[in-house]
Amino acid sequence: MPSPTVTADAVESVVFEALKGFGVEEDLLSREAEVVALDIDSLDLAELAQVLDDELGVEIKGDDVKGITTVGDLIDRVVAKAA
Amino acid sequence: MSIATTEPTPTAPQSGPVATKAPALVTGGSRGIGAATARALAAAGHPVAVGYRSATDEALAVVAEIEAFGGRAVAIQGDVRAPGAEAAILDAAAEGLGDKVLVLVNNAGIRVDGLTAQLDDDGWDATLDTNLTAAFRLTRRALGPMLRARYGRVVNVGSIAGLRANPGQPAYAAAKAGLMAFTSTAAVEVARRGVTVNAVAPGFIETDMTSDLPTDEIARSIPARRLGQPHEIAAAIAFLVSDAASYVTGTTLVVDGGLSA
Repeated sequence: MPSPTVTADAVESVVFEALKGFGVEEDLLSREAEVVALDIDSLDLAELAQVLDDELGVEIKGDDVKGITTVGDLIDRVVAKAA
Repeated sequence: MSIATTEPTPTAPQSGPVATKAPALVTGGSRGIGAATARALAAAGHPVAVGYRSATDEALAVVAEIEAFGGRAVAIQGDVRAPGAEAAILDAAAEGLGDKVLVLVNNAGIRVDGLTAQLDDDGWDATLDTNLTAAFRLTRRALGPMLRARYGRVVNVGSIAGLRANPGQPAYAAAKAGLMAFTSTAAVEVARRGVTVNAVAPGFIETDMTSDLPTDEIARSIPARRLGQPHEIAAAIAFLVSDAASYVTGTTLVVDGGLSA
């Protein structure tokens, strides 16, 4: 179950940390950054879904992140899913 | 009986009974190939969840055998056909073994035979659901932790029935062929995360599943002139799970005494 503390800040923290783990340079990380530009692929997103489940209890499926452009979009989708 | 067909007595890994390898789940682990695989993986140092649907006594016997030689095992009941069962089974295995399953052996299988002209929907559906769809669902669920761990092993138990025609087994053949095709596809998706996905394709193995077959007649058609034993499949699976097979992925290892050669 999603925790009541799934705030945008909490999601951002988890997502940024995960993206760093995928090899994204820290100075490229921002909500405005485009996912494609960060060289994040579908397998990274699959792993990120596991991270979000483990860390925040939010289950994200492929359809949930369809059509996202920026990291901010991704964070917003996760927050919306947890609500 | 020759030495080759005698299952070696499992022994604890040389490092002692402390399980230091990744937790494993073997579905259909109470009998036949699954039970032999559970024993082999435990002997290699993996804590093992012995998945079973209804054979409680047999599953507990496998657990007791593993514990007797210093291994660690738990029995996990569940019907892999039930939608959602994959989460319950994997969660129970993780709870019982103390950590998430990073070695998955999709072995649970059934055989419903009938000529294509006569096989009913129930037989077809049950065979596809158990042998193919359940393996997909369990793999889907197990891959997340494997991706995160940058390590994982999935071994699907296929069959030579999926490689060569066998009249009367359209559903089984389709399910096993599908399972082997699924294996290679999943393998290339996750290879760069250190996760391997392979299959074994047993020929005729002496298990409950083949006990109704004319084994003497079948043995004459096999180059090795005998049916295989469950531990001979388990050894192939244990190899694919081992570090020695770290660069083997997307393949199907045929273990059939030369039948399909």
